[in-house]
Amino acid sequence: MLYREAGDFKSTYSSDNQTFPIRFDRYAYWAALGFAFLVVPFLLTDYWANSIVIPLLIYVIAALGLNLLIGYCGQLSLGTGAFMAVGAYATFKLTFAFPWMPIYIVFILAGLVTAVVGVLFGLPSLKIKGFYLAVATLAAQFFLIWLFTRVGWFFNDSATGMITMPQRSMFGVTVTGAAASAIAVYITCLIFVVGMSWLARNLTRGTLGRTWMSIRDMDIAAEIIGVNPLIAKLTAFAVSSFFVGVAGALLFGVYLGAAEAGEAFGINKSFLVLFMVIIGGLGSILGSFLGAAFLVVLPVLLKLMLVDTLGWPADLARHLEVMVIGALIVIVLILEPHGMAALWRTIKDKLRLWPFPH
Amino acid sequence: MKMMKLAAGIAASLSVAAPALAQDLHFPMLSYRTGAYAPGGIPFADGYQDYMTLLNERDGGIGGVPVRISECETAYNTERGVECYESIRDDNPLVIQPLSTGITYQLIPRATEDGIPIHSMGYGRTSAMNGDVFNWVFNYPANYWDGASVAVNYLTSENDGSLEGKKIVLLYHNSAYGREPIRTLESLSETMGFEFSAIAVDHPGQEQGSQWLQIRRERPDYVLMWGWGVMNAVAIQEAANIRFNMNNFIGIWWSGSENDVRPVGAGADGYTALTLHGTGTDYPLYDDLQQYVIDAGLAAGAGDQIGSVLYSRGMYAAMLAAEAARTAQEIHGVAEITPAMMRDGMEALSITQERLTELGLPNFSAAFDVSCENHGGGGQAMVQRWDAEADEWNLITDWISSDRELITSLATEDSAAYAAENNIEPQCAM
Repeated sequence: MLYREAGDFKSTYSSDNQTFPIRFDRYAYWAALGFAFLVVPFLLTDYWANSIVIPLLIYVIAALGLNLLIGYCGQLSLGTGAFMAVGAYATFKLTFAFPWMPIYIVFILAGLVTAVVGVLFGLPSLKIKGFYLAVATLAAQFFLIWLFTRVGWFFNDSATGMITMPQRSMFGVTVTGAAASAIAVYITCLIFVVGMSWLARNLTRGTLGRTWMSIRDMDIAAEIIGVNPLIAKLTAFAVSSFFVGVAGALLFGVYLGAAEAGEAFGINKSFLVLFMVIIGGLGSILGSFLGAAFLVVLPVLLKLMLVDTLGWPADLARHLEVMVIGALIVIVLILEPHGMAALWRTIKDKLRLWPFPH
Repeated sequence: MKMMKLAAGIAASLSVAAPALAQDLHFPMLSYRTGAYAPGGIPFADGYQDYMTLLNERDGGIGGVPVRISECETAYNTERGVECYESIRDDNPLVIQPLSTGITYQLIPRATEDGIPIHSMGYGRTSAMNGDVFNWVFNYPANYWDGASVAVNYLTSENDGSLEGKKIVLLYHNSAYGREPIRTLESLSETMGFEFSAIAVDHPGQEQGSQWLQIRRERPDYVLMWGWGVMNAVAIQEAANIRFNMNNFIGIWWSGSENDVRPVGAGADGYTALTLHGTGTDYPLYDDLQQYVIDAGLAAGAGDQIGSVLYSRGMYAAMLAAEAARTAQEIHGVAEITPAMMRDGMEALSITQERLTELGLPNFSAAFDVSCENHGGGGQAMVQRWDAEADEWNLITDWISSDRELITSLATEDSAAYAAENNIEPQCAM
């Protein structure tokens, strides 16, 4: 019903190699983009924007970044929270040092700073693998948070170690600070999400992504066929950290507005993003979206349903939410160990053949 | 077609969100009954809710308008705090009590923009006491810098007026909350001549072996603690283990509840903490509370926290909010006040001993006045000591004042920096 592929022939290499080779997918993609840019801004209320959509978009970027590292290059990292903190603190320092700088540029520069830090902490990956590497990145998590809470330079010696985002605008529209409208923030996040998922998708389809995947699948074999593991692993760390850094910059800059390294970017954040990637599907761009949606949107929807609609006590709903989310994670992973993206892949294969499965 | 359905569905769910016009006074609670800090969050929320229930049942609300309470669970998590704020901000909230320093920091710019008052009672951003800059934020009756100064003043009086050569260690929760007093204590150590060092404990604070090893090595005369949640009980246990003299171990008001000392048993005897208000049920108000709330089966939560330190604090916060609302009603001559009127009421709030006696809480708190310039109240606190045998807190001093001159100068400096960063004009000269 959904997929009608009869007559959808490819006559050139470029049309055969495009991102969405199936016509229906392509149309759905353009429709979704149009919907997100042209329809959602008019429907969105402040509550929906600030409590669901904006955090979702930001976590999608973080999950994309971690997915590039773990899903495509096979390098396990537990330092995501700290790398997000690097992005946030870089934004803070840069925007105070150069108040005239357009805020989008600040976010991108913050991502680049994070990329450099990510490469530094990615160096051990040349020597160690798997769980041992995870422990090495865990060290990054603790070291960076320690640095951001101890060295006054990073938080401009504020009495509490909190960093707060001043008001900044882009193209004359305020996008950070309390005066920013929800729509402006939404569009900002959406631009970054679209741009970065386009980047991620095309990186993984190209030479770089293929070298990452060869390292992931078997590093010795990859080395024998001429892949340089130094370049492959360090670029994976750099690109991944760039994504995660931008996510941290956005989380601090446009969403939280004030942050404190230990609370906002602690080890819990690393695990949250890791869970998104695992539940969504390792090595899948769509999986990053699905995983982030699962862990960001579902708790809020549950709360809306139980507390605001059914009138349950807030604490009971919260306890139940922990149990429901936990149970769902287990169920999803038992039914589909490769994540929700793999679930969709199966459904899609069936849909393409439907109604004649043989 | 699928898209159309989705769009229609979203549009439908959004259109129901418009709030009804207020026929009541909405006091939202950002509470945490779950998570690592629930043992502190539950009694506070119960006390807040019970006092408001009492006003509804006994007086029919405030000025004849019933009080409506809504509770939003933050689990002490800043992102959830933002979600909670967004969910209540269109619902005419009279005053936001974030109950977390981190969440307070996040909400200050937002609430200022939206015109909703914040009351961070004894927590939050200390320099918000400067109402000239922080027009919508209140932190009366006392703040962390007052707390630090009161603790030092108490120790000075214990030492016949001089702390020269003494060594004081601050054990703090490694968050915005715990770091607040460091600057004040550093300044005080210069003027008073004591030696000061700060030791951090990371969230949640279950593991403090290395910190107490350091304390043992440094042999301080006094340990001050800025802790919250499980960190308090663990610290007191560790202090008992190294046989630190409990009389020399002083906690801020957030480190002085029953939850913190009971787990340690007899070892906690003599532990000292600051307090902003009286505790226990020996106040006339509790007769009404028993009659209208507890016996009527309307008590919040499990109803097992009544009279505890943090329950009293929640009740105190509710009492101050209700008094401010009453003041606002008087100023504006309307019963159904708006958040902006509530702000005026908070700014004109005056708590006197006569009023406290009228409320059934004689000498429960210090008398103080709020003004446009001073959103921080009087900055006084008492010192209480734990008696493990009798299982109760005993007040050992009267109200101790803080060094307001020093604190005001520090706050002015800090808030001036904030005003410069955010282009805020002075608000009080108008």
